[in-house]
Amino acid sequence: MSTKSFVFTGSGGQGVITAAIVIGEAAALHEGLNAVQTQVYGPEARGGATRSDLIVSSDPIRYPKVINPQVLVCLTQEAYNKFAPIVRPGGLLIADASFVSTVRKADARQIVLPMFETVKKELGKTMAFNICMVGCVLAFTGIVSKDSVVKALTSRMPPAHLEMNLKALDLGIELAKDYGNSVAAGCGKTAS
Amino acid sequence: MSGTLRFIQGNEAVVEGALYAGLGFYAGYPITPSTEITELLAERLPKRGGTFIQMEDEIASMCSIIGASLTGKKVMTATSGPGFSLMQEAIGYAVMAEVPCVVVNVQRSGPSTGLPTAVAQGDVMQARWGTHGDHAIIALTASNLQDVFKLTIEAFNMAETYRTPVILLLDEVVGHMREKVIIPNEGEFVVQRLITSVPEGTDYHPYLAREDGRLPMSDFGGVHRYNVTGLVHDMWGFPSNDPTVAYNLLRHLVDKIEKRSHEIARYQEHRIEDADILIVSYGSSARSALHMIEKGRDSGIRIGLLELNTIWPFPYEVVRRAAERTEIVLVVEMNMGQVYQEVRRAVKTDRVYLVNRFDGVFISHNDIEKTLNVVMGRGV
Repeated sequence: MSTKSFVFTGSGGQGVITAAIVIGEAAALHEGLNAVQTQVYGPEARGGATRSDLIVSSDPIRYPKVINPQVLVCLTQEAYNKFAPIVRPGGLLIADASFVSTVRKADARQIVLPMFETVKKELGKTMAFNICMVGCVLAFTGIVSKDSVVKALTSRMPPAHLEMNLKALDLGIELAKDYGNSVAAGCGKTAS
Repeated sequence: MSGTLRFIQGNEAVVEGALYAGLGFYAGYPITPSTEITELLAERLPKRGGTFIQMEDEIASMCSIIGASLTGKKVMTATSGPGFSLMQEAIGYAVMAEVPCVVVNVQRSGPSTGLPTAVAQGDVMQARWGTHGDHAIIALTASNLQDVFKLTIEAFNMAETYRTPVILLLDEVVGHMREKVIIPNEGEFVVQRLITSVPEGTDYHPYLAREDGRLPMSDFGGVHRYNVTGLVHDMWGFPSNDPTVAYNLLRHLVDKIEKRSHEIARYQEHRIEDADILIVSYGSSARSALHMIEKGRDSGIRIGLLELNTIWPFPYEVVRRAAERTEIVLVVEMNMGQVYQEVRRAVKTDRVYLVNRFDGVFISHNDIEKTLNVVMGRGV
């Protein structure tokens, strides 16, 4: 593979940094790839705009940040407004339906998925919202295998939260598949 | 190298390096962007039989590691700019009393509380001259996490070998960045603490160096008397106003480090053999510089990088040699020219240019390329 770049954005506490770490760890420890993860955040512990960058590559990674990501994830409107312009032309922008309306034109495929609503409905809690998002990213990009992510989750998550997170991962993968099927059937909702 | 492959932060690599080197006592006060070091050691050090104390501030943190070092422990504290300012007086005390200790400064934007979560490399001169009076200091840095692990061990080794505070000068990007690190099971060289024990009835000279130049530590609490002071002192450790004693002590404190700068110099050269243009950089900035080297080489520009891991004592000779064949030198750093001035002193050419950022934004290869274009007569 060559190099794949991701930027995960949202609000502090939503877990965008953890999401990047989980994918990075899956790539670095379980797939023999190089991965570098960095972040930019405000002084607040909760709230505030948070951004986490991830580069996955079979080559050594020098500059550790992402300037124009191939994959951009936006989990709040503020993050979307601020970061949508940086997505690489021809790239992929994934946003959450509960928090983001895609008002901008972007030279990228914009996909809006009800990740938050699905996690809330199926799991009763929204804590694993970020891992559902990881599932979507996985399904759309194939960046690492699901097995590798499961290994990374198992090593990182407290045992009490593991099951919920594994379910959230599956929910994300399913959401992406359903979206793909509905697009194939000609009734998918693709914002432009 | 047999070991454990990990995907961790720079701050965690410091913790791994410190534990590998035999850290026995840590005192600290958490501050962004170094907090994870304190947080992780609070959990891990006691499990290893070491001692962790969260102190009321950075002054107390620095003082308590000096005390613990005197009792025979390998010691460390970690902080960022505002805390590093508070530590300066006690760092001078450790220089004067020759107490081995490691001080990690994960730099953030300043002055004062600055931009707490944003990167900078503005404490280079503070590491050198933050404490008052003529003295020498060792400061090390790294741009990737395998090196952070290794240089942390080296920081402990140098602190023990030269009986001095060693500053591990990292920055927010290196501290918070995650990448692969192999934590070896064995194989890294670790200098052990040298301790003298003197039988009762024998005179003890705590500041009398051995023939190999190393000054053993006292078995503090043993049978002999040992005075520790920040005042100018004789070989017994007691204060003196004698000009000869003062001369010899200051000469010793400076020479033991400055005259060994060739032993202390750690650096890496990337493609400098045939370079027309040399970049000098260090810490996280060196990653962007290396990115630029590879990009430049792809488009036929003969450009090389000298990455400094030892900042102080400044490796003038290493820089001079690396720049010998080049007309143009760029210094890439995230401050207003702190290492740039040292590079100017080291090299013959006048064509030394500073590529920098000090706005809290991480410097990129694009920033370097713009200056490179100007220098090469291509415009911005």
